[in-house]
Amino acid sequence: MSEAVVQLQGEQISARGSLYTQSFRRLFRHRSAQLGMVMLGLLVLCAIFAKQIAPYDPRSVLKGVKRRDTPCIHLLGCPRDEPQHLMGIDGNSRDFFSRVLYGARLSFQIGISTITFAILVGGVLGAVAGFLGRPVDDMIMRSLDVLMAFPSLLLAIAIVAVLGPGLLNALLAIAIIEIPIYARVVRASVLSVKELDYVAASRALGATKMRLLFTRILPNALTPLIVQGTLGIATAILSAAALSFLGLGAQPPIPEWGLMMGEERNSVFNAPHLVFFPGLAIMVTVLSFNLIGDGLRDALDPRLSGQKVS
Amino acid sequence: MTQFLIRRLLLTFPVMVGILLVTFIITRLVPGNPCYVMLGERATVAACDDFMHRYGLDKSIPEQFIRYVANLMKGDFGESIKDHRPITTIISERLPMTMELTILAMLFASTFGILLGVISALNRNSFIDTLTMIGANIGVSMPVFWLGLLLAYVFALMLKGTPFVLPPSSRLTAGMSLAPLTKTWGLGTPTGIGGFLLGLMSHSAILNGLLTANFALVGDALRHLILPAAAVGTISLAVIARMTRSSLLDVLGQDYIRTARAKGLIYRLIITRHALRNALIPIVTIIGIQTGGLLSGAVLTETIFSLPGVGSRMVEAILGRDYPVVQGFSVIIALIFVFTNLIVDFSYAFLDPRIRLE
Repeated sequence: MSEAVVQLQGEQISARGSLYTQSFRRLFRHRSAQLGMVMLGLLVLCAIFAKQIAPYDPRSVLKGVKRRDTPCIHLLGCPRDEPQHLMGIDGNSRDFFSRVLYGARLSFQIGISTITFAILVGGVLGAVAGFLGRPVDDMIMRSLDVLMAFPSLLLAIAIVAVLGPGLLNALLAIAIIEIPIYARVVRASVLSVKELDYVAASRALGATKMRLLFTRILPNALTPLIVQGTLGIATAILSAAALSFLGLGAQPPIPEWGLMMGEERNSVFNAPHLVFFPGLAIMVTVLSFNLIGDGLRDALDPRLSGQKVS
Repeated sequence: MTQFLIRRLLLTFPVMVGILLVTFIITRLVPGNPCYVMLGERATVAACDDFMHRYGLDKSIPEQFIRYVANLMKGDFGESIKDHRPITTIISERLPMTMELTILAMLFASTFGILLGVISALNRNSFIDTLTMIGANIGVSMPVFWLGLLLAYVFALMLKGTPFVLPPSSRLTAGMSLAPLTKTWGLGTPTGIGGFLLGLMSHSAILNGLLTANFALVGDALRHLILPAAAVGTISLAVIARMTRSSLLDVLGQDYIRTARAKGLIYRLIITRHALRNALIPIVTIIGIQTGGLLSGAVLTETIFSLPGVGSRMVEAILGRDYPVVQGFSVIIALIFVFTNLIVDFSYAFLDPRIRLE
């Protein structure tokens, strides 16, 4: 009995502050989210200060270097009189470390821009579908179902086939294949609160449909959108890299990780570092978003409030 | 049960119509005059008129769509612009490879995914659980093509000279080839659906080898598929392991499991008969969803391991602006995907009596 009281008090204490402060607190205590945030933080710093950190221009061809040369790191015993190339030299005699560094910048731009587009378009479609109900709902959702009937990357490939290879077209294709996911998320949230009393009360007070939708209903969709969006950035980065790898996305000499691997895939046996580092960079970036996404899902779930999350 | 199956089957029709519509629209959206796109910039007006007429492109859009669907129904997917071969022939040559790769990857992912997930769930918060979940997190974050290249490097170069060395490229060892089944069985040249199916079977190295009792061929084909299948399956393996773990933990916390334990049932039986069967429902869903990812992964992996499958041909077609091939392949892949999801839904009915009774 006394234990239960203590526990209750403990919960009351931990439940102090607004829902968002609580969620933030939980997120910062979440172990894998912590790891993800540290990794992402470092990557963001690399992306922002790429120009300051990179020893060479990512596109400039260096003279007097051996093509596909192995990394030369002074700390690891490379002679001091040789110029340092942390990740070696690529097939076009460019400093590979500088290229990988600039690739971080591009990857963030790719991930964030495609998902923003997908959330905006998918969100509006889902909100309209959920709010207006049948027959608009059926029309929108069934059309989106068809998009989901294709394996996502293959649909992106088909869209790029029509638009023509290129980074912008690849981004558009990835954004399009992501739309149904966000439409579903928003529609589900809209449906779950549309008939609740507080919405009815607001309607009775004379709120317009737009006001109802944007100030009363849509804020409820924010939580699942944040979680889905974070995980979506990870998928978008992977898809963009895949398209570029196939030669359908970014075109040379853009320092895009997928493209860099695509260019060097035939030299994997004699210069494995040229494939290893960009792939590792993709993996670390995607992993950081996945870890934060998982953490956010746990932290923003009110059912877990007061519980210890690991 | 039958009602559920019929209703589910009927539901696929609108999706299929949608797929046909999307693939139709995709090729109609190609910017510029289709004639110049297909015949090249220097095509004469007469050649263009002839081309437009031959492919029915001078008709209205709805008419074109009906014609397109009617042709597909007849099994006519059109022909490639590049080498003027029927697309059905190209599909029968290329699809078996991709299917073999996808199925092998799926087997790999489900077997090890479920196994690791069960081990993790039964040893919750142990060292092995933590290790598996860290591995699963890394697994879902890896680009398929990167893993493929790394595996090729490790197994073909670093392990050279050991018994673990595996071939990093192509379908079969040089010198081995696939004989068409029609020739082996002396069937002449059958046309129509029979010819298409025989073509599919002939070009599946594993099936061909099994049917003609050529086990050296089967072994060689499997050896060439191990690395690509592992590369394609790893992401799904990670996803399935995570899903199995959380699903099984969920089920193990329920009352009926406690009841089963209370009545003195052997723990192993509780897990296999009571817990796992219920835990399987979300796992089967995930496996179904993963098929799309596996097909996409197969496309990427084929280009790395120089395997003659759908993916490598499709990329070739896109770069060469061979739209009928892109269209035909998209339809086939989407249909396979829809069909897999259908099987997944049907399997629920067997796993979960509640769905059967609904």
